[in-house]
Amino acid sequence: MSSELISWILVGSAAGIPIIYFLGKELKGWYTVLLNLVIAGSSTMLILPSLMGEVQLIDLAYLHVLGPLRFQIDSLSAFFILIVNIAVIAAAIYSNGYLKVHHQSYSPDVHYTAFVFLHLSMVLVCLVQQLFVFFVIWEVMSLSSFLLVLYESDQRGNLKAALNYFVQMHIGVVLLMMAFIWLNFKTGGDNFAALNIFFEVNSNLGLFALFFLGFGMKAGFIPLHTWLPYSDSVAPCHIAGLKSGVMIKMGIYGILRVLTFIQNDFLEIGLFILFIGLLTGLYGILLSTIQKDLKKMLAYSTIENVGIIGIGIGIGTIGKALNNPLIAQLGFTGALLHIFNHALIKPLLFFGAGSVYFSTHSRRMDLLGGLVKNMPITTLLFIVGAMAICGLPPFNGFVSEFLIYSGMLGLLQADFNMDVVELFALFALVLIGGLSLFSFTRTTGMVFLGNARSREAFQAKEVSYAMIIPQFFLVIIMVVIGIFPEPIIKRVSTIAQPLLENVKMAEFSTTSITSIGLASLLFILLSVFMYLIRFWVVRKNGERYGPTWGCGYTGDASRLQYTASSFGDNMLQLFKPLMGRKETYTEIEETEIFPKDRPLSTRHDDVIEEKSIKPPLEYLSAWMVRFAKIQDGNTQHYIMYVFVFIVVITLLTLFNFI
Amino acid sequence: MYSLLLILLGSVFFVGIVNRTKAIASGRKGSGILQPMYDILRLFQKETVYSNTSSFIFKVAPSIYFVSVLLSVFFIPFGKYPAILAFDGDFIFFAYLIGTGKFMMILSALDTGSAFEGMGANREALYSMLVEPAFFILMGSFAMLTGYTSFSEIYYWLHFSSDFGWLLGILAGFILIQISMVENSRIPIDDPKTHLELTMVHEVMILDNSGFDLGVILYTTSLRFALFGMLICNFIINGSLTFAVTMGGTEIDFTALISLGIFLGVQVLFAIVVGLLESFRARERMKKNPQFIFGLSALSIVIFFGILIWMHKFNY
Repeated sequence: MSSELISWILVGSAAGIPIIYFLGKELKGWYTVLLNLVIAGSSTMLILPSLMGEVQLIDLAYLHVLGPLRFQIDSLSAFFILIVNIAVIAAAIYSNGYLKVHHQSYSPDVHYTAFVFLHLSMVLVCLVQQLFVFFVIWEVMSLSSFLLVLYESDQRGNLKAALNYFVQMHIGVVLLMMAFIWLNFKTGGDNFAALNIFFEVNSNLGLFALFFLGFGMKAGFIPLHTWLPYSDSVAPCHIAGLKSGVMIKMGIYGILRVLTFIQNDFLEIGLFILFIGLLTGLYGILLSTIQKDLKKMLAYSTIENVGIIGIGIGIGTIGKALNNPLIAQLGFTGALLHIFNHALIKPLLFFGAGSVYFSTHSRRMDLLGGLVKNMPITTLLFIVGAMAICGLPPFNGFVSEFLIYSGMLGLLQADFNMDVVELFALFALVLIGGLSLFSFTRTTGMVFLGNARSREAFQAKEVSYAMIIPQFFLVIIMVVIGIFPEPIIKRVSTIAQPLLENVKMAEFSTTSITSIGLASLLFILLSVFMYLIRFWVVRKNGERYGPTWGCGYTGDASRLQYTASSFGDNMLQLFKPLMGRKETYTEIEETEIFPKDRPLSTRHDDVIEEKSIKPPLEYLSAWMVRFAKIQDGNTQHYIMYVFVFIVVITLLTLFNFI
Repeated sequence: MYSLLLILLGSVFFVGIVNRTKAIASGRKGSGILQPMYDILRLFQKETVYSNTSSFIFKVAPSIYFVSVLLSVFFIPFGKYPAILAFDGDFIFFAYLIGTGKFMMILSALDTGSAFEGMGANREALYSMLVEPAFFILMGSFAMLTGYTSFSEIYYWLHFSSDFGWLLGILAGFILIQISMVENSRIPIDDPKTHLELTMVHEVMILDNSGFDLGVILYTTSLRFALFGMLICNFIINGSLTFAVTMGGTEIDFTALISLGIFLGVQVLFAIVVGLLESFRARERMKKNPQFIFGLSALSIVIFFGILIWMHKFNY
């Protein structure tokens, strides 16, 4: 099949959407999976040559959007499309089990329509290079994900969260538009390639900063991340996984795309991205340690991982500035691989959270617990995801973090300034690793282990195969990357080639990568061996069950446990100013001899949101209130406004002002 | 290979020496040096009791914990004899591998649904998070100094003999001792001999473990001590250490023998130091622990800048 025909199948799959509305309830979901498979299959066929490094140009001659629509596929876009396809297929299958909980109350038609559109737009965003078309598709992506977030539209706060997302995305688009107009004004080009001309003659910093802000809004770099926790916590879990796992990566794709055209100022840009990445990583994971909402915690962990990706990109760019091909290669390969890894891990974790929500109708960690007894498979999968996202061997998360660490250690051989930068970067990255271990042991322990904290958690049931199989699918890829990282890293390092244009290809030694795989395999084998020994010894010596050690006190076991709040408490004490804790509680007064029951409520606000987003908004709305006087509901007044307007216009026309 | 055997050997008597030192320091006679090992062997023959609340995680965690520490021993060299597994950046793998073991132990503590064990798990997670930067910056500094990023090569090329290098060596040794105290939950972070659950860190996490599992966990503690002992010992035994005597026209190389002697000496000395520290130092207040641990990172930053000065990188 010619690639143009395949492109037509890809674009034409949108025509299959209306059929969703005529199908029976059970069929809608599986039909959507079919559509997703068509999109994924056709786009994968398109990108296969590009994954090997070939740049393809495909003109869709009959489809004119300001000139013929042209697909341009290089290894970078191919890589991102691959990621999108894997995550979307998993999420589509998962949604068939997950949405059953809602079938009575919500109509899934709009949801499935938006789902197909989201998939299609994410694929197309990576394919087109014409900026105008790019923005249209970018808009489709934002709009369809807005509809997906808004699925449970009657729940309190959902509309607000979705609108917050909607508005912030559009601020991002405005910034991108400004960058585009600037580019168009200077060069007259309407294509990403025009950046090449622009960056050759003009300063690279300003335009890059504007693009970074616009794309960073999607990617969730601080302080542009505030929409992410809200929309992720209200969206259905497969959507939250998809958004966190791949959609925000489109922002990173944009940044990387612009980065391929940068001509100079690499050091400044690299340091800037590194710095933002470090802050994002630390801030995200720090806030995730105190969240009480399971999905919000995962959303903050997404912000952390965006930070790690940023660190990788920063290291790569600095390596390019220093003209050190090895560091550049390690940084960019690490960042790209981390994008891939996170696109596998985060949907897995969100699917786990979705299964929990499906069985217990709760996402408050303080009401869950003990799910391991009734949901062992979900628990096991979530633990694998948690270990992988903490970057622990033998899973894939470690491999990408290892590459970024290696890049950092390579930078230590540079001059004094770089050493000091490295010191802070190393410090922060290690701290991020430790904090994520804290955060994810807390979450896993509180949600799945111990005693159930509510009746719903006690009565939870294991979810259906439609929800479990996609998770296994993701876990298998993760374990394969963890144990056999070498071929994958080799492929990814060639994919990073467009980013390394001015730097010659480094001799990429993969011996240490192979050793990681071997050591991970050894770890698994030794663990199994050790467990078999244990099994044998324990069977010989006997085993029995008894109550947990309670120091002589046997009260209500589920109330005695450590809770998520108590687990996060010492972290809260350490980083108090950043945690934004709000507490409402009335102290017992001295005169109150028999204290009555009193409520205590605590809340953790995002400090950046409180300090940087809310004050200007409040100021703006306070200022706008003044104009409310005009709108007093009196018909005569409105007629008067129209009259005044006509008179003014007529006068101005008379005196030739307009 | 040598290092694995030596560390296994060291782990047999390490905790015994610590206990004996503490006994003598407090005026008691104390038990034999191999008593902790006998205790562990006895535990291996006992019945295992699980908590009703616990699940499969509780059963697999101790084994994984042990394997994570055992495998991390594979990365440690012995002087100029490289480790079994050595590759660029292996100390990162080493640290994260130990993290995997900790992750499983924290989960297994939470698996019992006990308030005490949740508390211990929480503290373990916090302290291990805080201590990690110190280790990484220390190793990063050595990597900068030697130009290599694998344990075996770093230790082969590490010399503290010239200029004021020995000062940095002493400081690095001090930091490593303190890191090992934190990692093994000993004084001043945690008192393994305390009898109050509320003040425990590591001990309270393993309250519900029994039989084979408890034995494995206790042995892992010894193994970790011996491992850190080897890390410190390697400051003295590096690639340049050679000791050969010419006797009757043939040169006899005593390097291996001398290295072995230094290793045993350092292990015993390290154990005695730990014992003395624990005898004459009280446990810090829980609230002070984070400050203390973070202080170690500050010290390792001192080493970092010390090495920058040493390499004359300041006058660029």
